[in-house]
Amino acid sequence: MRVALLGDWVARLDGVEFDVPKDILRSGIGALQFDAAELGHWDSGLIALLVDLREAAKQDGVAFDEEGLPKSARRLLQLLSAPAVQPPADRPRPLLDRVGLWAIDIWTEGVEASALVGNMILRGAVALRGRAAMLASDLIEAMYNAGVAALPIVAVVGLLVGGILAFIGATELSKFGAGLYVANLVAIGMVREMAALMTAIIMAGRTGGAYAAQIAAMEGAEEIDALRALGVPIFDYLILPKVLALSAMMPLLYMFGCLIGIFGGLCIGAATLHVAAVSFFVEAQKSLSGSQFALGLAKSICFGAFIAIVACHVGLRAKRSATAVGAAATTAVVVGIVGVIALDAVLDLCASVLGI
Amino acid sequence: MATDPSPSKLEVEGLAIGFGETIIQQDVSFRVAAGSVFAIMGRSGSGKSTLLKALIGLLRPTHGTVRIGEEDYWAATEARRAKIGQGFGVLFQSGALWSSMTLAQNVALPLRMLSHLDGASIRELCRVKLSLVGLAGAGHLMPAELSGGMVKRAALARALSLDPAILMLDEPSSGLDPVTARRLDDLIVELRDGFGMTIVMVSHDLPSLFAICDDGVFLDADSKTAIAHGAPSRLRDECDHPIVHAFMRRERPNADSDGAGAHHDSR
Repeated sequence: MRVALLGDWVARLDGVEFDVPKDILRSGIGALQFDAAELGHWDSGLIALLVDLREAAKQDGVAFDEEGLPKSARRLLQLLSAPAVQPPADRPRPLLDRVGLWAIDIWTEGVEASALVGNMILRGAVALRGRAAMLASDLIEAMYNAGVAALPIVAVVGLLVGGILAFIGATELSKFGAGLYVANLVAIGMVREMAALMTAIIMAGRTGGAYAAQIAAMEGAEEIDALRALGVPIFDYLILPKVLALSAMMPLLYMFGCLIGIFGGLCIGAATLHVAAVSFFVEAQKSLSGSQFALGLAKSICFGAFIAIVACHVGLRAKRSATAVGAAATTAVVVGIVGVIALDAVLDLCASVLGI
Repeated sequence: MATDPSPSKLEVEGLAIGFGETIIQQDVSFRVAAGSVFAIMGRSGSGKSTLLKALIGLLRPTHGTVRIGEEDYWAATEARRAKIGQGFGVLFQSGALWSSMTLAQNVALPLRMLSHLDGASIRELCRVKLSLVGLAGAGHLMPAELSGGMVKRAALARALSLDPAILMLDEPSSGLDPVTARRLDDLIVELRDGFGMTIVMVSHDLPSLFAICDDGVFLDADSKTAIAHGAPSRLRDECDHPIVHAFMRRERPNADSDGAGAHHDSR
C-alpha cells in the first residue's frame, strides 16, 4: 500500500494522529510505502505518526519501506530506533518486605536522631568548656539571628496573646466583680504557658524552617560533601552553633515574651476594666511564684534545643533537589510545632505530678 | 620544623562500589605513585565520580580496600578517616563552593576549623592560595558573582587550603572553553611540580588527559570494571581494546566488537 503524505503536519497545531496507524493497517496489507511529493511543512507531529505506524506495522508483520519519506525524516526515524533505557525492574515487594523496610526506615531515623541528640550532649559539653572546633563568629551570628532578629515578631505576638488572655479574663471575671484578677490570669498564663509555647511556635516557623532549608540547600549543592571531603567536622561547624544559639536565645525570648505579654494584658485591662497599672502589677506579682517562672524557663530551653535538633536532622536527611529544600523546611516547621506542643503537654504533666 | 605527616601514595585493590543492589564498578585495582598525575577515565555514566567518592570518604565501598600510604582508609575509625581526609584536597565538578561565604572565607574555613593558626596567618595563606590560582584580589567576591572558570579556580584554591598531599579533581575542565581548560591544566601541573602533590583526576576531556596525566585507569560501564591501565597517551597509541580505542580517538564504538571484560595493560 502506498501512503501519500499531504499538506502540513505541525504537532503544536494538529497534535498526534493516534488513529491513523490503525486505520491504515486495518485493511490487511502486506507492505507500506510512502509518497511525500505533496508533503508540506512538518515537524515532530509527522515523526510521532511514522514511529507509531512503524511499530504497529512491525507487530502486524507488515513491511515498512522508508524509501519514499524525506531523507531528514528517515534520519530522525533512525534516531528513534535506538534501544530505550531500561528502567530498573519495579517488581512489587511482598507485604512482609514492605513492613520490614518500613521498620528499618523508622529504626534508622530513630538511631540517627538519637545519635544527633547524643552528639549534641557530648559536643555541647565540650563546647561549653571552649574546646569544640566551632567558630565563635558563627555562634554569635546564629545567636543574633535567633535572638535579636526575632524580637519584633515575639513582641507583636506576645502583646497580642497577653491582650487576648486579658480580654477573655475581663469578659468572664467582670461578671463576678473580680476584674482585677485579670492580672493573675495574664501573669500565670504568660509565665507558665503561653510565653514559652508561643515563642517556640514562632521560632519553629521562623528559625527551624530556615535552618532546615539552609542545610538542605547546602546538601543539594554538594556543599556538605565539600565539608566532609575537606575533613571539616559537620557537627561542630554546622549544627552545634545553631542548637546552642537557639537553646541560649529561647529563654531570653521567653522572658521578653512574658514582659510584653503582661504589658499587653495591662493595656487591655486598663482599657476595658480601668484597672490601675500599679494594682495590676502588684496582683500579677502576688500570683507568680519562682517555680512557675522556672518551669517556663526550663520549657523554653527544651523547646529551643528540640526545634534546632529537629531542623538540622531534617535538613541533613533531605534529598538533592529544589523541591527537597521546600519539603525539608515544611517538615521541620510541622514537626517542630507539633513536637513543641506535645513536649509542652508532657512537661505540664510532669510539673503537675511534681506539684508545680 | 614541622614535617608533613600526610602520605601521598594511594592504592586501590579489588574495589567494588554501588548503591543498594546496583553495582556501579567492581574489582577495580590501581596504584597511584607519589607525585604523579593519575587519571580516572571512562565514558559518562561509567562510575568515575562515584569511584572518586569512595576515595574521599563520601561513599563506603561494598568490597575492597583503599590504602592511603600504609593505612587502610575504610577500615579506620570515622575520626581517623576525617584526620586522613585532611591530607586530601578535593575539587568538585560543580565547584561546590560554600555559597554564603566570600572566596576568602571559603579558602579560610578549613584552616579556621582545622588549624590553630592566628587570623593574620590565615588571611595571608588565603591571599597566597587565591593568587596562585589567578584570583588575587578576588577574595571579597561571592561564589554567585564568578564565571565558570573562576569557580573552578576558586574551588582549586580551597582544595589547596590545607596544603594537601593528594589533590583529587573531579572533571576540572568540564564546562570550560578550550583555552581556559588548557590554562587550568597548566596550573594543575605547576601546582603539582611546585608543591610535589599527587593528583588524582577524574576526566573524559581528552586534551587534558593527554597533556597532563602520567598514568590512569579506564572504567567501563558495561563490564562494570577497569578495562585498561596506563597513561592516556599510551592507551591512545597502544591499547587495542575497542572501547578504549574508540574513546581515545573520539570514534563511534563498534557495537559488534564490544570486548567487555578483557583486560588490557599498556604500562
